Amino acid sequence: MDNINDILKEMGLNSIDDLFSDIPPNLKISSMGLDAGLSEDEVRRKAMEYASMNKTITQYHSFLGFGAYNHYVPAIISAIISRGEFLTAYTPYQAEISQGIMQALWEYQSLMAELLDMDAVNSSNYDVSTALGEAIRMAVNITDKNEVLIPKFTHPFKKSVARLYARGSNINLVEYPFDESGKIDLEFLKNNVNENTAAVYVEYPNMFGIIDENVAAVKEIIGDQRIMIAGVNPIALGILTPPGELGADIAIGDGQVFGLGLNFGGPMLGIFGTRMEYIRKMPGKIMGVTKDSNGKLAFAMILQTREQHIRRERAVTNMTSNMGLMAVASAIYVSLLGESGLKKLGEINMGLTNNLIERIKDFGIDMPFQGSPVFNEFYMKLKVSKTYLNLAARKSRVIPGAILGQEFGFDTRKEVNMITNVTERNTKEDFDAFMEFLGKVI
Amino acid sequence: MYHQAVYDEPFIFEIRGRKTVKLPHENENFRLNIPEKMRRKSLNIGDREEFEVVRHFTRLSQMNFGVDLGFYPLGSCTMKYNPRLNEEIASYPGFRDIHPLQDEDDVQGALRLMYELGEDLKKITGMDAITLQPLAGSQGEFTGLSIVRAYFENRGELDQRTEVVVPDSAHGSNPASANMAGFKAIEIKSNKDGKVDFEEFKKYITKNTAAFMITNPNTLGIFEDNIKQMADYAHEMGALVYYDGANLNGIMGKTSPGKMGFDIVHLNLHKTFSTPHGGGGPGAGPVAVKEHLKDFLPVPIVTYEGGKYHLNYNVPKTIGKVANFYGNFSILVRAWAYIKLHGEEGLREACERAVLNSNYMSYKISKIMPVPGYRIKKHEFVASSHDEEGKLPKASDIAKHLINNGVHAPTIYFPLIVPEALMIEPTESATKEEMDRFIEILKDAINTPKEQLEKEPTNLKVGRIDDVDASRNPRPTYRVLMKANSKN
Repeated sequence: MDNINDILKEMGLNSIDDLFSDIPPNLKISSMGLDAGLSEDEVRRKAMEYASMNKTITQYHSFLGFGAYNHYVPAIISAIISRGEFLTAYTPYQAEISQGIMQALWEYQSLMAELLDMDAVNSSNYDVSTALGEAIRMAVNITDKNEVLIPKFTHPFKKSVARLYARGSNINLVEYPFDESGKIDLEFLKNNVNENTAAVYVEYPNMFGIIDENVAAVKEIIGDQRIMIAGVNPIALGILTPPGELGADIAIGDGQVFGLGLNFGGPMLGIFGTRMEYIRKMPGKIMGVTKDSNGKLAFAMILQTREQHIRRERAVTNMTSNMGLMAVASAIYVSLLGESGLKKLGEINMGLTNNLIERIKDFGIDMPFQGSPVFNEFYMKLKVSKTYLNLAARKSRVIPGAILGQEFGFDTRKEVNMITNVTERNTKEDFDAFMEFLGKVI
Repeated sequence: MYHQAVYDEPFIFEIRGRKTVKLPHENENFRLNIPEKMRRKSLNIGDREEFEVVRHFTRLSQMNFGVDLGFYPLGSCTMKYNPRLNEEIASYPGFRDIHPLQDEDDVQGALRLMYELGEDLKKITGMDAITLQPLAGSQGEFTGLSIVRAYFENRGELDQRTEVVVPDSAHGSNPASANMAGFKAIEIKSNKDGKVDFEEFKKYITKNTAAFMITNPNTLGIFEDNIKQMADYAHEMGALVYYDGANLNGIMGKTSPGKMGFDIVHLNLHKTFSTPHGGGGPGAGPVAVKEHLKDFLPVPIVTYEGGKYHLNYNVPKTIGKVANFYGNFSILVRAWAYIKLHGEEGLREACERAVLNSNYMSYKISKIMPVPGYRIKKHEFVASSHDEEGKLPKASDIAKHLINNGVHAPTIYFPLIVPEALMIEPTESATKEEMDRFIEILKDAINTPKEQLEKEPTNLKVGRIDDVDASRNPRPTYRVLMKANSKN
C-alpha cells in the first residue's frame, strides 16, 4: 500500500515536517500566495477562454512571415511526437534503453546533412538566432581570430541574440552592406576581410527574401583560413543549392518551417551542421552509429567530452537541453515529403510569390530590389503611415506582412517598409484580398 | 521480466517508395527564375508513403523509454509525470495558430497567459520581475549571467568583477555558462557534509567576484542552511547571488530563492513544472530577478497596462534578445496549466511527496551502500557504489542492470565529487511499490557476479554499447556511415 504515514513510520518519523527541519525557521514561508488548484475540467475551460481571446492566423488572409512561417503541418507529426515513449523521455543518457529516439535523432541529423550538404549535423540547437550565436563562437574558436562580419540587414531579433553571444566572448561583430540589388556587397567584403576576420555570415534567401547568388563568391574571397557561416531557410533547400556546395563551413537554419507550426514563436528548431573536420568544435549533442557487444548496429551519443557535464568551464557550449522532439518532428516532416515533395514545395512557394509580385507590378509600387530573384518573401515600400496601412489591412482582413521600423532607421509615420511572405497555405482568396488591400493604400 | 520491443528497423533512407503526401497548389505550374549557380542539382533522401513513415517512427518510439512507461529517477532531471491535460491545451488552435508578429490586440489571450505564468513564478520564487524568453535552463543561466555582466558594466565595475564562484558540486552548465557570459568560473570545495563551508566561502568572495552561483538544495540533495549568511556576505562584498533553479522541486512552497537572499533565479519548466522533456527538449528557462535588476531583462517583457496586455520593449538597460521571439510559448502554456491545476497546496504537496520519496529511498539505500552527506535529503540524493573492499559493482554496471529490468537508471558519475555516484531523484510521481522494486533490483545488482553484470543489458533492443569506438570514429550521419562502409 502506498501510504504516506506507513513510509514515515518505516523511517521512524512522525510527520513530513521533520523532513524540512534542515531549513532554518527564518527562511521558511507559510504561503506562496498562489490561488487554490482547479480541477482538470476547470483548467481546460479557462484555457479555452484564453485561447478564444486570440485571433488565429487562419482567420486572416495572412502574409506574415519574417522569422516564423505559416506552413502546412502534416497530421502525422503530432500523432507521433505525442507518443509517450518520445514525449516523456529525457536526453538519452542510457543509450541501450533509448535506441528509438537516438535512431530518430540520427536520422534527423542525416536528413539535414543531405539538405545542407554537410557531413556533420548536431541533434539541434534552440533556434536559428542562438544557432548563429553559437556558430560565431565556434568560428572564433576554430580560427583564434575575433572579428565576424554579418549583414547589416539581418533579422533584428537574430542580430540582437548574436550580439549578446558575441559580447560574452569578446567577439567584434562588424556589419557589411548589400549592393543596390539587395545582394552581398562583394567589394566591401574584399576590402574589409583582414587578419582579424574569423568568419563571414551570409544568408540565402536573405532578409529581403532574395536568393543571393553572390553567396557563391564568398568562400573564395575569404579563403580557407576563415569560416563561412551560411544561414538558410531550410524549406528552400528542395530547390536551392545547398550551403556545403557553396563553400560554407558551418550551415544553420530554423527548422520551424518543417512541420512545427507557429505556436506564437516557439518552440522552433536550430539546425546546425558543419564539415567533419570541425565536428569536435561543434556545440550540442550528436548521435552516432556504433556497435554493441554482440557486434549489432547501435546508436550512441558521441564526442561528449566537448560538453558541459564533463568539460565544465572549458566546454564548447553550455547547451544542455536542446530541441530533441522538434528535431524528430522535422525528421518526420522531411521523410514524409521526400525529395520530390520538398522540391515541389519549394517550387510552389517561389512560384506563388512570384505570381503575386507580377500582379503587384502594375500598381507602380516601390519595390527596391525588383529584378533580384526571391524565394517566398519580398520587400515593398508603401508611401503611407503604418497607422493608415493597418487600418486598411484590417478592413480587408489582410495581414500584409511584417513592418520594419526604427532598428533600421525607418520612420513608420511616413512610409512603410514591409516584408511580405507567401507560402503554400495561401489561397486564391488570399491573393485577391491582398490586391484589394493594396488598391486601398496606394 | 522486462522486455523492450525489438525491431530490426532499417534507416529511413532505406525505406523507399511513392510520395503520397498532397500539397496545396501541387498541380499548378510555375515559372522559376533561380540563378543557375543557386539551382539545386540533386537531393538524396528518397520518397515514401505516409503509412511507411508512421510505421517507421512508431516502431522507433516503441524502442524507447519515458516517464509514461515507468519509474525514471534520473537525478537533477525531475522526471515527474507530465499531465496529458498540458498537451491538450497546448494544441488548441487559439494557442497553436498564432503568429508572434500579430497585432497585440489579436493575441491578448496568449499574453494574458504569459503574464499570469510570470506572476505565479514570481510568487513561487519570491522575486520581483521576470522574463519567460530563455529556451532552456542553460540558456536561463546564460541570460542571468549576461544580466550580471550588464549590471556591473553599468556600474563601471566590469573590469574588476571577473569571477563567478560556484561550488564543486554544481551542475556542469554553471561554469560553462559563466564562461559564455565572459566570466571566469572559480570552484569552491564542498566540505565533508557535502555543503559549502561558510569560513571557506569567505575566502573566495572578493572584490573580483561578480556573482556567487549555487543550487539549493545542492546536487547532493542537501539544503545549504548557511545560504542566507552567504548571500548577505556576498552582497556586502558587492557581488550578486544567482540561484540555479534546477532543484526547485525540493523546496517549492517551503522556502524561496527570494527569501534566501538571491538576486537572480532561473527555472526549468521542464523539471519542476512538468513540461515534457521530449528526448532532450524543448525546455524553457524563465529568469526572475529582484527589483534592482529588472531594467536589464531581455526584451520584450509582458506587461499589463490600461486594461490590456503588452509586449513591452521599453526596458532601459536591456541585454537585448536571447531567442527568436518570446520563448517556447507552447511549453509556457503547459507550465501554466500545471500551476493552475495544482495551485498553492498542490505545488507544496508535490514538493513534500518528492522529498518524502527521496528520503525514503535514501534511508533504504543507505543500508546497502554509502549515501554521503547530511542525513535529511531534499528532492534527490547521491549514493556511492564505492567501498574499500571493492565489493560493490561499478555505477555503470548497476545502471545497466536497472534498465535491463525496466526502470530507468539514476544519473551516474555526477556530481563529480562522489566516487561511483548514483544520483537518484524519484520525484513525487513514484509509489512505494515502485521505489521498493527499484531497491530490490539494486540489491540484486550487488548480488550478481561481475562477469554476468558486464554482459547486461540483455532484454533491450541492443546489448552494451561501445562508446569509445562511437567517439573515436564518429559517424554522425548516413552519408558518413556510407562512406565509412565503402572503405571497409
